[in-house]
Amino acid sequence: MVANNSTKNFSVTLRVWRQAGPDQPGRFVDYPATNLNPNMSFLEMLDVVNDELTVKGEEPIAFAHDCREGICGTCSCTINGKPHGPGKGVATCQVYLRSFKDGDTIVVEPFRARAFPLVKDLITDREAFDKIQQAGGFISVRTGAAQDANAIPVPKEDADLAMDAAACIGCGACVAACKNASAMLFVAAKVSHLGLMPQGQPERDKRVLAMVQTMDEAGFGNCTNQYECSAVCPKLISHDFIARMNRDYIGALFRSKFKPVSHASGGAG
Amino acid sequence: MANLESKTPSGPLAGKWEKHKTEIKLVNPANKRKYEVIVVGAGLAGSSCAATLAELGYRVKNFVFHDSPRRAHSIAAQGGINAAKNYQNDGDSVHRLFYDTLKGGDYRARESNVHRLAEVSVNIIDQCAAQGVPFAREYGGLLANRSFGGAQVSRTFYARGQTGQQLLLGAYSALSRMIGQGGVELHANSEMLDVVIVDGHAKGIIVRDLITGAITRHSADAVVLATGGYGNVFNLSTYARGSNATAIWRAYKRGACLANPCYTQIHPTCIPVSGDYQSKLTLMSESLRNDGRIWVPKKKEDAKKAPASIPEADRDYYLERIYPSFGNLAPRDVASRAAMRMCDEGRGVGETGLGVYLDFADAIKRLGEPAVRERYGNLFDIYHEITAENAYQNPMRIFPAVHYTMGGLWVDYNLMSNVPGLFVLGEANFSDHGANRLGASALMQGLADGYFVIPYTIGDYLAGQKPVARTAAEGTAFKAAEDNVRAMTQRLLASKGKEPVSHFHKRLGKIMWDHCGMARNRAGLEAALQKIPALREEFWANVKVPGSADTLNQSLEQAGRVADFLELGELLCRDALTREESCGGHFREEYQYPDGECKRDDQNFAHVAAWEYQGEGKTPLRNTEALNYEFTKMSVRSYK
Repeated sequence: MVANNSTKNFSVTLRVWRQAGPDQPGRFVDYPATNLNPNMSFLEMLDVVNDELTVKGEEPIAFAHDCREGICGTCSCTINGKPHGPGKGVATCQVYLRSFKDGDTIVVEPFRARAFPLVKDLITDREAFDKIQQAGGFISVRTGAAQDANAIPVPKEDADLAMDAAACIGCGACVAACKNASAMLFVAAKVSHLGLMPQGQPERDKRVLAMVQTMDEAGFGNCTNQYECSAVCPKLISHDFIARMNRDYIGALFRSKFKPVSHASGGAG
Repeated sequence: MANLESKTPSGPLAGKWEKHKTEIKLVNPANKRKYEVIVVGAGLAGSSCAATLAELGYRVKNFVFHDSPRRAHSIAAQGGINAAKNYQNDGDSVHRLFYDTLKGGDYRARESNVHRLAEVSVNIIDQCAAQGVPFAREYGGLLANRSFGGAQVSRTFYARGQTGQQLLLGAYSALSRMIGQGGVELHANSEMLDVVIVDGHAKGIIVRDLITGAITRHSADAVVLATGGYGNVFNLSTYARGSNATAIWRAYKRGACLANPCYTQIHPTCIPVSGDYQSKLTLMSESLRNDGRIWVPKKKEDAKKAPASIPEADRDYYLERIYPSFGNLAPRDVASRAAMRMCDEGRGVGETGLGVYLDFADAIKRLGEPAVRERYGNLFDIYHEITAENAYQNPMRIFPAVHYTMGGLWVDYNLMSNVPGLFVLGEANFSDHGANRLGASALMQGLADGYFVIPYTIGDYLAGQKPVARTAAEGTAFKAAEDNVRAMTQRLLASKGKEPVSHFHKRLGKIMWDHCGMARNRAGLEAALQKIPALREEFWANVKVPGSADTLNQSLEQAGRVADFLELGELLCRDALTREESCGGHFREEYQYPDGECKRDDQNFAHVAAWEYQGEGKTPLRNTEALNYEFTKMSVRSYK
């Protein structure tokens, strides 16, 4: 990654994965991207290329995006083999062209994983993440049933650590980076966030068992401690949370042998 | 003439909501499951509403155009959420939050709605804390607060610079729980393209599946729109690229009145524009104004110099100078216009001269860099990613950008539009912020509407309705609405033009920004009212939408949304032209005090302007709802 600080315009070749649909064959297609400004974002470059394709009568490249400020978790390109591209701690929308240099060929692919079926071109279906959340990624509290917010103090260290985990944007880069397509970092982040809060204790065992079970059923692989997930995470969520989740899971499994944990699938509560 | 009865309850201000809750009709628990409610949108308002209605026992169908409800743009709100908890013991109260919000809105909101918002604000914090939202804490474990613009107390709760994200994930977790239990049927990747009106009541919607292109009909006993604001009519804004006005615009064309569209908020602290290719503007949270100081050089000649080389004596901390009692925490509209005046005087900084400095040197000296990093680190990181500049060493350059729309569909005290059965929540309605929204109030309003208002008020409507038959979607009104949607899709795809959709969006945005942006005047607005219809005609003649209707087609999605913006933009300018006064975010150059502040005309304009569609090519009708201030004196807003 070479910082290109000059404002001189430059050109690259985009080698983009094109696939009309899940049952269609896919292939790489090269597109020239010219007259680029280093202050442009990567997605703005795709906007420009798409407008050029439209004018030429070709179908534009489908890519997922929305907030363009790194928080919604929609954008999801693997750039030069790395989910979210060359930066550290950024999402695809926060990649700027100053990270590339004139004449580069940039390979752009979707987030590939068995549990993320391809929809079109660079877009995949990440519904599996929602299913995991629906299985137990919540604290059961009906609207209106809450007590005063200051009635339960939360140690600052715990709240801060919970926030570190809660920062997850649900993009799926962790899955795309993992050779096993494991969703452990994503699930661990949610389990840890809620498990660190006093409000999350009553359902702690049930939650981790249900979320892990749903994760397994969705076809995600297992963790073999390579930590590629945290290396590409746009929010730099630590793989320490995976250890925390494993600890929670083993404890919950053990306790459930003696005192049955009500089955939480389908969102008990 | 639309019926704009506000249904505000009588009695003392502080008791209205309590009284109303005891007087409105209820649906008994066993009957709730007989009613079906469609909720469109899953931001803070939509997801909190869908989850809560399902908890109550209603059958809920939730439609979102995103692939997951967690992606709605509420997620991008940075700074915080206001609540009158008075945990700081600094003199806050429900009344003070009410008063600040009403005054901040330049006396153009309904007193009763704003008071209710302030009342339920305290419940929101309780609810979110119980859901496990990791709010910032003091060392004793209790909740921390910070200050926001337009207030002299610390009442803003926050979760680092990601408060919107954490609150949305809280609401999403409640929604996920109800989806898992079967109380909510989620339709992701589904864009609402029309509202169906049966015998004068909203009874369903027409939806396009964005993956397969399938167009389907959905019936219900009531329809709730929580689809956000229309700021992308300006093209460049802090909104997400997908944020659009299609749902509210199509509802408008079915008879729902659109109120005060000219009330748009320009946020003072965004990263300046760097080139034509730009797709979006990024906000730097208002919370930065707690510790950052805004300045420009005193002398024009210094504008291009490196900031460090400009001595203290040659800097103009203009907000502190002009507004000594609020200083850098003046409200957004006031701070934005002040920045524009500095740039108009030729003292703007940066390459384009359209920027002012937001400087943390004093804060770093006072608190140390680690403390500043802990409070604002993620914002400094965002600034660095975008500009490649280090804001710990050099001041940030910021400039105002479109950020929020206070206008929206007209609703009564029950949040129901003038179309019975059509409810509107959050930014999509017009109700609580008047002509200007204070920082950290959008999250408050979205959650207030969804968690604590609609669950009561929707029952009042449904109790008087017989549950619709399961076969309702086979009716003629549904067929007509579906045909309407198909025709629009076909018309867009059939256009044999040459230009991509984005070109029209950019040109519309430029017209809006130039003529209906931070400052407006008669001549400019009249020019815009000529240019927009011409651009719209050109769009239909010359737009190029590749691909087909029966597959994922992002160009088609965008084309439909821009087609709606091309109509809405015109109404926005028309509203701005007819409101011959300045108030909050609506600044007409003809109506100002000698010092450049807004000059309201309470004699003639203390009302809501609610526009009613009259058919294609016809001038819409301007209905008004008088704003009667029973409990507060409408005064000249001063932050000096």
